[in-house]
Amino acid sequence: MAELDTSSGGGHKKGPGVKKSKKLSTRVDLTPMVDLGFLLITFFIFTTTMSQATAMKLILPKDADKPEDQNKAKQSGVITILLGKDNHVFYYEGELDITASNFKSSNFHDIREVLIKKKYSVAQLKDFVVILKPSEECTYKNVVDILDEMAINVCTRYALVDISSIESQLVKKSEELSAAANN
Amino acid sequence: MGRAKLPRKSTSIDMTAMCDVAFLLLSFFILTTKFKPSEAITVVTPKSVAAKVAPQKDIVEIIIDKDGKVFLTMDDEGKKETIANALNATKNLGLDVNAFKKAQFFGASFASLASFLKLPEDQRKGHLLPGIPIQDTANNELVTWMTLVRDAYQGQKPNLLLKGDNMAKYPAFKSVVDAFKKNEFLKFQLVTNPENVPEGTDLWKKSQSGEKRED
Repeated sequence: MAELDTSSGGGHKKGPGVKKSKKLSTRVDLTPMVDLGFLLITFFIFTTTMSQATAMKLILPKDADKPEDQNKAKQSGVITILLGKDNHVFYYEGELDITASNFKSSNFHDIREVLIKKKYSVAQLKDFVVILKPSEECTYKNVVDILDEMAINVCTRYALVDISSIESQLVKKSEELSAAANN
Repeated sequence: MGRAKLPRKSTSIDMTAMCDVAFLLLSFFILTTKFKPSEAITVVTPKSVAAKVAPQKDIVEIIIDKDGKVFLTMDDEGKKETIANALNATKNLGLDVNAFKKAQFFGASFASLASFLKLPEDQRKGHLLPGIPIQDTANNELVTWMTLVRDAYQGQKPNLLLKGDNMAKYPAFKSVVDAFKKNEFLKFQLVTNPENVPEGTDLWKKSQSGEKRED
């Protein structure tokens, strides 16, 4: 290592004209370097997002053409969830009334409560079936969210079904109503 | 009385070892960080509690972007070659098999596929391309694509992935699922971003009690 001549007079002189350079220690204080190292590490750790995508498994049933092949569900254990536009959620238990009096409005936050309540009010857990009916206007996110809700609440029996025209009309009407209420 | 004199020790510690460790860790983190490849199709995936990491190998991925346009990607070049040859034989499209093999994704109708392959790679951007036509149920080209994929894999099951954008509408998703169903692909996986399980829910209780999740 290159050494600087730092002897500035002070040292003991051996003789006239002979300057002895003082030996400096080669040890460097590494504390700032360690600081810098750990600063960089923390920076890299915090800026790295764990962008590992996960996958949600979805297994579809085979289309049953004959009505006798189709799965039957007990009316008392069924809850139907309809997805509307702008993150609206509607649901009804059992079958839809003619007057649609059991058609209720909800949202993605409250639907969990509804599902849990229904799940524990059903006499036998195996009768608990959720029917999901996404309408034309709902987004892919809504579908994934509701499927996720099934996973969160451990609903093992659920089905993704096409919406019927009566239901889609009801969804539309309710959406208009809620839009009018907001204005 | 003589008191034992404690020798004064210097408080400075040798930092070399610590410095070594710090930089070793630093270089480790830098080298193991994988950069996200810039994607031609921008898709913001929804979040889910699913904990399984999406497969990376042997994949056939269908991408739905925010306008509901559908793209197909697959990683096995051998299978792509089979598909290109099958397309040339059955539909007489005159495709450049080599370009087909190298293409990152496919996003055009069969009729315009040849001109799509002639585009240079950097001009193939999701928002400029028409996507695979699926809107029309009578002429859902994805059904044909999936048939080709199924034939190319000859009984083996590829990892079928569906990556959709938050804003994509349900009909696009439904057409894709219909195309899967028609080709007997009944198991597939939705690509999502991880999210924590909300506390107090049944799934949370299950994972707390140490039960294994079967997703």
